Amino acid sequence: MNNNLKHNIVAQGVSTCAGCGLDIAIRRVLNVLGEETIIVIPPGCAALFSGYGNCTAMKIPGFQGNLENTAAYAAGIRSGLEAQGKNNINVVGFAGDGATVDIGLQSLSGVLERGEKVIYVCYDNEAYMNTGNQRSGSTPLNATTKTTPGSKLVPKKNMLEIVMAHHIPYVASASIGYIKDLERKVQKAKDVQGPSYIHIHTPCPTGWGFEPHLTVEIARKAVLSGMWELFEVIDGNKVSTMQVTNSVTPEEYMCEQRRFK
Amino acid sequence: MMNQRVNSNVMVLDGNEAAAMAMKMARVSVMAVYPITPQTPLAERLAQMVEKKEIEGKYICVESEHSAISYVIGAQLTGVRAGTATASVGLALMHEVLGVASGCRVPIVMPVVNRALVAPWSLWCDHQDAMAERDSGWLQVYAENAQEVLDLILMGYRIAEHENVLLPIMICMDGFYVSHSLQKVLVPEQVQVDKFIPKYEAKNLILDVKKPMFINNLTSPDEFCEMRYQQDVAFKNALVEIPRVQKEFKEAFGREYGLINSYECEDAEAVIVCMGSMSGTVKYVVKQLRKKNIKVGVVKITFFRPFPKKDLIEALSGVKTIGVIDRSAGLGSQTGPLGLEVARCLGNKDKNIINFVAGLGGRDITEEIIEKIYDNLLKLDFNEDKNWIDLKEDALHIRRYEMERGQSNE
Repeated sequence: MNNNLKHNIVAQGVSTCAGCGLDIAIRRVLNVLGEETIIVIPPGCAALFSGYGNCTAMKIPGFQGNLENTAAYAAGIRSGLEAQGKNNINVVGFAGDGATVDIGLQSLSGVLERGEKVIYVCYDNEAYMNTGNQRSGSTPLNATTKTTPGSKLVPKKNMLEIVMAHHIPYVASASIGYIKDLERKVQKAKDVQGPSYIHIHTPCPTGWGFEPHLTVEIARKAVLSGMWELFEVIDGNKVSTMQVTNSVTPEEYMCEQRRFK
Repeated sequence: MMNQRVNSNVMVLDGNEAAAMAMKMARVSVMAVYPITPQTPLAERLAQMVEKKEIEGKYICVESEHSAISYVIGAQLTGVRAGTATASVGLALMHEVLGVASGCRVPIVMPVVNRALVAPWSLWCDHQDAMAERDSGWLQVYAENAQEVLDLILMGYRIAEHENVLLPIMICMDGFYVSHSLQKVLVPEQVQVDKFIPKYEAKNLILDVKKPMFINNLTSPDEFCEMRYQQDVAFKNALVEIPRVQKEFKEAFGREYGLINSYECEDAEAVIVCMGSMSGTVKYVVKQLRKKNIKVGVVKITFFRPFPKKDLIEALSGVKTIGVIDRSAGLGSQTGPLGLEVARCLGNKDKNIINFVAGLGGRDITEEIIEKIYDNLLKLDFNEDKNWIDLKEDALHIRRYEMERGQSNE
């Protein structure tokens, strides 16, 4: 897993599920951000990297916040660092879709509106997966979860447009199916003055119902079928970073996942 | 040095301004504040001070109290002094995060302008907001007036940040009675405050890329109890450190403080135990009654957390009848929260300990009410564990709506 990484920041053997998409995301994000980074992680799947008891998977300073205030903690850390003239340290909030698009929306909106320099990464596995797959605002239409046993009757919240409405300098969608694209976007988020937001599509074999070895393939199919768009928005200008080829149909993407059956 | 005169500026400040002044003098460098009545003038004053560069710091207009306290925890964990202030439902909104501050041992000093909790809506003073947080792991101190607000905040930094304590502290002041009444306040020179409150230094947890550590991850039952116990020990340690800080404060600024303040208790036949702004009125009534040779006294509780058990037992050792005034209802409980604490401390068959609930939602605790309480205490004329002393006679009819008849009883 840690092959080709510049920075060895995250321990191996973290107890994420086999084939975990978020596992790839956090390693790659931190590979770009490097050692001079402070991370805030809410309770959720990524908290497996916060660790347990006196063990942590992180070799960088980190703080596990509450579910709904990742952005506020991160911005506070940024201000504390600024007060000490420590301006070259990255502060990243790394939260799941539930902690971002649902309960964490207010705190994130506040930080974005105030223009505070925080890198906010949402890893989107499209439900509350750490508690065993309950629907979030980011769960797509027709997906079954344990709290939508029939299927979800309303579409996925468009979090990226909500973020874009705050007119921050850098917004991007990304996927663990396209690592180079992801890492390039993290680099841009790191370099920008002001807040940045990256929303990473991270398929979840446990919750979505597919074989663990298919994670990256499913992630790519989401993009190729147009079910997950890859783009970036720099100072309001939206540019696609991956053309949809339609080589995969939405049906092909969905049929491999038990949540859509 | 011994008899050096303390240089203070006499200023006319209300409680909110005194709090802002104290935070400024403590050189708080990150302030994240959300305005709420009756704390709003404090929020505005800090913003003005930053704008005028009277404070070398950053002021952030956060979008909620929940984010305010989260922000401040994040900032202070990097190794700077950070601050916020709130009231009422704002404090209630912070509830979840208050436990993060105390559990992570972040010694934040936070003015709380006491105001009733909803429902029904009230803008005015009682103590239910702070009382709802009495077990949140924060030290709690109640100021009687604007001078005490200033002094207790300055001492608050020293107490909270002491390495044997490392607990956050709420400096409570009664909404409007203290927060909005202009009073004469002695404000020390900045240079004296700098001597009293050293530059902030993180003494345990810190977010620093040079010393990476992960803070507040999941903790097993194997360690959780011990970590809670450490917090409890910190409160015991605070009982040792508070008098030391108060002694040093007296030497530096000339004003004397205790965990409690007792007045005319030695030979008293009845004593009222109370907190906050009502203490001044109670003291005044004691003076008046003493003139008539009625032997009464008063104990003002300054520190509610940690609870000053020893001092209270000592102050009331010879007193047979004790009335405790709670400015919160203690719904469903035998007495209000202060009443419970006092009874636990002093309760035995030799003493009569009577609880009174008064002054809710901004109702004045008048001289007449206090005289009535003393009168009841001296005659032992009461019949409830919890005596609602300032109720109107038609209490059960107010706002009562008869569904069937579709009309109000009012």
